[in-house]
Amino acid sequence: MTASMISLDSLASAKTSHRRLTIAKSSNCKSSSCGSTAKPNDIDAAVWEKIKDHPCYSEEAHHYFARMHVAVAPACNIQCNYCNRKYDCANESRPGVVSEKLTPDQALRKVIAVANEVPQLSVLGIAGPGDACYDWQRTKATFEKVIAEIPDIKLCISTNGLALPDHVDELASMNVDHVTITINMVDPQIGAKIYPWIFYNHRRYTGIEAAEILHERQMLGLEMLAARGILTKINSVMIPGVNDEHLIEVNRWVKERGAFLHNVMPLISEPAHGTYYGLTGQRAPRPIELKALQDRLENGAKLMRHCRQCRADAVGLLGEDRGKEFMLDQIPGELSYDDRNRAAYREVVAQERSIHAAAKSEAIEMVKAAGPDGSLQIAVATKGGGRINEHFGHAKEFQIYEASPRGIAFVGHRKIEQYCRGGWGDDATLDAVIVALEGIDIVLCAKIGDCPKKRLADAGIRAMHAYSYDYIETAISAVYAAEFGVGPLTATA
Amino acid sequence: MAFKIIASQCTQCGACEFECPSGAIELKRDNYVIDPDKCTECEGAFETQQCAAVCPVPKTCVPA
Repeated sequence: MTASMISLDSLASAKTSHRRLTIAKSSNCKSSSCGSTAKPNDIDAAVWEKIKDHPCYSEEAHHYFARMHVAVAPACNIQCNYCNRKYDCANESRPGVVSEKLTPDQALRKVIAVANEVPQLSVLGIAGPGDACYDWQRTKATFEKVIAEIPDIKLCISTNGLALPDHVDELASMNVDHVTITINMVDPQIGAKIYPWIFYNHRRYTGIEAAEILHERQMLGLEMLAARGILTKINSVMIPGVNDEHLIEVNRWVKERGAFLHNVMPLISEPAHGTYYGLTGQRAPRPIELKALQDRLENGAKLMRHCRQCRADAVGLLGEDRGKEFMLDQIPGELSYDDRNRAAYREVVAQERSIHAAAKSEAIEMVKAAGPDGSLQIAVATKGGGRINEHFGHAKEFQIYEASPRGIAFVGHRKIEQYCRGGWGDDATLDAVIVALEGIDIVLCAKIGDCPKKRLADAGIRAMHAYSYDYIETAISAVYAAEFGVGPLTATA
Repeated sequence: MAFKIIASQCTQCGACEFECPSGAIELKRDNYVIDPDKCTECEGAFETQQCAAVCPVPKTCVPA
C-alpha cells in the first residue's frame, strides 16, 4: 500500500508526473483490474462510463477529479430573485460570481494553462455568469476551440432551461454528456414568486405567464436531453417558505422525466449581495433544514450532497478553488497543451481508486456487521484522494459522514474559516469552528494540536489523528467498531 | 429617435448586443454603446425595444 500513498502525496503537484508514472508502472498491480471495480453496484455500466471522472456527477469521483468553469456567457434571459447581476466580488464563492469575463479565445488559453498545471482536470463547464444556452454563440465557440486542442476533456453546461430546447441537438452533436438545469418549481404560482421576469420570443414576460413558459420549456428540455441519453442534473435552490415543501413535488417530476441527479442547494441571501431576497430579508435554510429535506427526497431522483455552490469561474477540486492562480494576466500569451500530466495522473488514479473502492466496501460491510443500533456523525478533514490527509487547523471545510447499521454514507460538508494561520491558532475562529461542528461526534484529521483537541473535547466532540492518511471509510469503520463493539480492527490502508 | 445605455449601471453582459435587430450596439473600450444613427427603437421589427426588454438592470437602457 506504500506505493499508492507516495503517489497520493504527489497528486496535487504537476511537477512530478514522471515520478508518478514510474510508481504506477512499478507497483504490484499490473492493471486497474486489481481489487474490486470502482463502479458502485447500483449504477449501470454505460452511465458509470459517463460519470466516473466527473466530480459533480459522481460523489466518488469528486475525491480524484477537478473541474473548471470558464465565464464566457454573461448574458441571461431570466431574472431570478436570488441573483444580482451587478454584484462581482473576488472573495465571494457562489454561483454567478466571476472576477473576469472571457472571450472564447481567452477561455481556450485559460483551459490549456489549467490542463498543463492541474492534472486532476477532467471537466470543462460553462455556467454563466449568465445562461450558457441563451449566450449560445460564445458557449459553442468555446467548446469547439477547446475540444480541438484537448479532445478527452468532458464538456458540460448549466442553464435555466428557457433556451435549452433550441440547442439540444447541437449539444448532442458536440458530445456534451452532462447538462445541469436549475428547476425551482413545477407550479407557476410558486415560480412567480421566484422569477420577476423572463425574456422569450423577443419580449419580456412577467408573473404567472412568465413562470408557465419557463416551466414548459424546462420540462421539454429535460425530456429532449433524456431522449438523447444526455445525463441531466437538476439544481434546485431551497427557499424557506417559498418552495421548500414544493421541492418534493419537483423531485418527483424531474425523476419521472429522466433526471439523473437532484441537487438541492441552500438559498444564499446575505443583504450585502444586493439580491432581491437579500434586500427583502428572505432567510436561507439552516444546514439542518437542508439535510432534513434531502433525507425526505432520498427515495426520488438520486441526490447530490457534495455540491459546493461554486463560482462561475471556479478551478480545481470541489471545495478547493484555485481560480485566482489562473487569471488572464498570469497566463502566458503563447501556450500549447501538454498532455503528460493528465495522462500520468489518470494512470495512477485508475489503480488507486480501485484499491480505494475495495477498502470502502470492506469498511461498509464491517459497519453493517457491527452493533445493531449505533449511529455516529463524523467530520473528516481531507484534501482529496479519499483519505484523511488534512490538518485540523488547515481545513477550510469538513466532509460529513454518517455511520449506522445501514453502512457509511457521505451526507454533506460544512464550510469553516481556517483556524490555524502561520503556526498559531485563533481562539475566536476555533469557537466558530466548534459551532459549525454542532451535532458531530468525532472529527478525523491528519493532525491536531493538544489545545484545540481539548477545546473540542470540552464541547463534546472527540478529535482523532490516529487514522492519518487512511482511507476515510476504513477509519470510520475502525472508529465505529471500537464504539459499538465488534471484533478486533484489521484493515487500515 | 434612439435609446442609450447608462454606462455606470451597465453590467456588460452583452445581451442587448445580440438582441438588437439593427446592429446598433457594440462594445467600445469598456462600455456598450448604442449608435443613434442605427437605432430604430425596434420600430417595424418588434413590439418592444429589445435592448431595454432584455437588460437586467432597471433604468439602464433608456430613451436618449
